[in-house]
Amino acid sequence: MGIILAEAIGIYDGKYVAQTQSYGPEARGGLSKAEVVVSNEEIDYPKAMKLDLLLAMNQKSCDDYYMDLKPDGVLIVDSTFVTQVPNLKAFQIPFTRIAREKFKKEMVANIIALGAITKLTPVVTSRAIESAVLARVPKGTEKLNHDALKTGMAAAKKVMKNIVPQTNSEWADEDT
Amino acid sequence: MKKKGRQEKLLQGNEAIVEGALRAGCRFFAGYPITPATEIAELLSVRLPQVDGTFIQMEDEIASLAAVIGASLAGVKSMTATSGPGFSLMQENLGFAVIAEVPCVIVDAMRGGPSTGLPTLPSQSDIMQARWGTHGDHPIIALCPSTIRECYDLTIKAFNFSEKYRNPVIILVDEVVAHMREKIVLSDEEDIEIFNRVKPTVPPEWYIPYEDTPQGVPAMANFGEGYRYHVTGLTHDIRGFPTSRPDEIDPFIRRLFRKISQNFSDIQIGEFFQTENADITIIAYGCIARSAKRAVIDARERGVKVGLLTLNTIWPFMRAQVEKVLQTSRVIIVPEMNMGQISREVKRVNKGAAKVFTLNKVDGTIITPQEILARIKEVS
Repeated sequence: MGIILAEAIGIYDGKYVAQTQSYGPEARGGLSKAEVVVSNEEIDYPKAMKLDLLLAMNQKSCDDYYMDLKPDGVLIVDSTFVTQVPNLKAFQIPFTRIAREKFKKEMVANIIALGAITKLTPVVTSRAIESAVLARVPKGTEKLNHDALKTGMAAAKKVMKNIVPQTNSEWADEDT
Repeated sequence: MKKKGRQEKLLQGNEAIVEGALRAGCRFFAGYPITPATEIAELLSVRLPQVDGTFIQMEDEIASLAAVIGASLAGVKSMTATSGPGFSLMQENLGFAVIAEVPCVIVDAMRGGPSTGLPTLPSQSDIMQARWGTHGDHPIIALCPSTIRECYDLTIKAFNFSEKYRNPVIILVDEVVAHMREKIVLSDEEDIEIFNRVKPTVPPEWYIPYEDTPQGVPAMANFGEGYRYHVTGLTHDIRGFPTSRPDEIDPFIRRLFRKISQNFSDIQIGEFFQTENADITIIAYGCIARSAKRAVIDARERGVKVGLLTLNTIWPFMRAQVEKVLQTSRVIIVPEMNMGQISREVKRVNKGAAKVFTLNKVDGTIITPQEILARIKEVS
């Protein structure tokens, strides 16, 4: 998913990107993470530090990486697995449940999430993400993935409507 | 996006190494998969057969380098790729490639060690293994990329150097750069110098396989083309046969060193960044050079005069370039992901004009620009 996003931004939107990942024993049942740094100029330090966007596909990664998110950063979670959100501004979309119910294939959850990112943040254009997804996915699955992407975009539009726009300062007031 | 022969791609370091190798003319790979170098083998297993090349997965790393040496002697540009543990196993044959003067390229994607260590985490701790891992006095060339473009360019250079100087060349890439993806523009029309080994022009019966020429690099005949000669790991005379005569041993060993040392200006690649008026100069390589560049930019914004010398050639050590910044800067900082392998070299060539400070990180994570900035504050 990180690769597709990086490819969309880097190749199709024409910005500078650096994509890294951490995996390993974690790939067999623990945390794995993909990081994408986006810039209008050349990128030196390639790791993401203060996140503008965090997409958490499960509770543990949400708990572990939430601290890296900027105070005004965007948090998107897969609410199939993330039941406790650390922040009420989080966009909660059940990517995996949608994938399961609508497409009978859990693995398109990532593509649905990419669709949601496209609508919820300005990081990538719809045109770029569509081209990148279609270029990366295995032959014969183009329609499936294209539909999944559109579904993600639609789901994002739905949560945006449901969320009452709140400014940061208002939240701060409530806290104090 | 896709113009004729020009492609903009998002590539991983390992993938860029493969592209570079193929562009340089590599047509043989033998190896054994190991994280974080596996992608090189994986991709070449698909790409090599498409260009009439050969890919072999060997039983281990000892055999891998043996096969590479054999293929190269037969006239094919050859490489292998591994990580620390596999590189340890290759050391014996690395020495063979040095003494028999067989061009070959070895990629070592550095992960945490010693032993099995940290398979998925980065480190820069094979610097000295690359230099002295194999026994005996020997010259070696090791290159270290810090960007995806450098992965491509330095792999081509690695093949060129190995062919030009008949010496094994090591590419020391760290896990971060090996697995990182960046945009790269590749073009078939781009003018890139590709060097092929010099073949003998004399008839076979006049061929002297290890002739002592002024350049120090004898012409190399492909095995099987009628130029019969002896290849051995024993110290040999100019015809390739074992010798223990001091008057043959000495010129041979000295020639091995000479062919590299008289070409430092060709081999040593690095970049000076804002070092002209720098009070503090950072010397870095690999992924840490990226953090260091950010630290330099940030420090300059705060009015601290910091510069950066990036070493793309690790071995032979870039003494002249390092001496230059040792003379112009008051303080030198060497951040690296080991306990001080290059900083020791910097201290070795320091004549006392500058103070050399280390910044060592061995926890499996990359040194951040903030950590370098903090070190700058500490020592200035």
